[in-house]
Amino acid sequence: MHEWALAEAIISAVSQIAEREGLKEVREVGLRIGELQQVDREVLGFALSQLKSGKLSNAKFTMRTVRARFKCRVCGNKWLFREAKVSEDVKESIHFIPEVAHAYFRCPRCGSPDFDISSGRGVWISSVRGVK
Amino acid sequence: MLDPRLTIIGERLKSIGQIIVVSSGKGGVGKSLIASTLALILARKGFRVGLLDLDFTSPTTHVTLGVRGLQPSEDKGVVPPEVHGIKYMSLIFYLGDRTSPLRGPEISNAFIEMLAVTRWGSLDMLIIDMPPGIGDLMLDVLKYIRGARFLIITSPSRMAFETVRKLLTLLRDLGAEIIGVIENMKMEDSAHIRREVEALGERFLGEIHFDGRVENALGDVDALLKTDFAKEIEKILEENVMWR
Repeated sequence: MHEWALAEAIISAVSQIAEREGLKEVREVGLRIGELQQVDREVLGFALSQLKSGKLSNAKFTMRTVRARFKCRVCGNKWLFREAKVSEDVKESIHFIPEVAHAYFRCPRCGSPDFDISSGRGVWISSVRGVK
Repeated sequence: MLDPRLTIIGERLKSIGQIIVVSSGKGGVGKSLIASTLALILARKGFRVGLLDLDFTSPTTHVTLGVRGLQPSEDKGVVPPEVHGIKYMSLIFYLGDRTSPLRGPEISNAFIEMLAVTRWGSLDMLIIDMPPGIGDLMLDVLKYIRGARFLIITSPSRMAFETVRKLLTLLRDLGAEIIGVIENMKMEDSAHIRREVEALGERFLGEIHFDGRVENALGDVDALLKTDFAKEIEKILEENVMWR
């Protein structure tokens, strides 16, 4: 699982934000977890709890899953990742580099690989709350 | 909303001595072959070398190195497998034989993801094989990889050099470090490219002659390293004291 690598990136980014905003302590961090990357929330949560230190020691991480949506750039069709039939191998590849979805998926209506991942791609920090 | 991946890239690359970006304004000049062979030569000399194939839509370094049946391992991130003594990373591990039709923002996203999750560990050199041209990935490399040094490849063709001239100008304008220019696939005696490069104030590192034996050596690294092509790369490497 590369949830640990993502957790490391989150901790590093939140530490930078805390420094920039002059926070003495970070209390709550909001995360948006894109469905496409199929991040294991339990593993990510555990990794975050192990990696947090200093100003982040007492930080609570809240996660919200964002549905992965696709929009065809050719015919405009919209569909959801969860509607696609995907093998475990393909899921694994998309887990590491979500863009490889373009190698495995086609628009269900026109068959084009030229589609936009309009939401739910990766992991984002939506909010950082703390004490100055 | 903040993308947390951007803050970790520097951390992932911090234990790498040199990052050498093999690039050209034009396709088909031998970038991938030179990048792979260079990595092989350096690994055989005992350097700790990594090779990153950033040609996401048309990766080929795996063909040169004969990479088969390998996958990165997972240990708090993605650990590149070792191929002939080289830590090797390519989108091919996640694509297999499939094509990856990607637009600019998707290429950037795949690039950031790969840099954010790949754990290279400690390396003397990371060689990066670039896609041709001055597109999204070139701009991303310039933006996210601090201290990258550019090794520019051209063929003797004036068409190829026309694009290389533009690439050199851009890199200089942006303050990037240019190692120099290699002229590949040379078939006739001509100092044209050398003169052009030197007139621009850049280093002409050397020339590599067209070697018909290379095609049959693809995938067989021992045979590849015996070609005149590889020997000429090694000569350039030695003459330029590893470019340091």
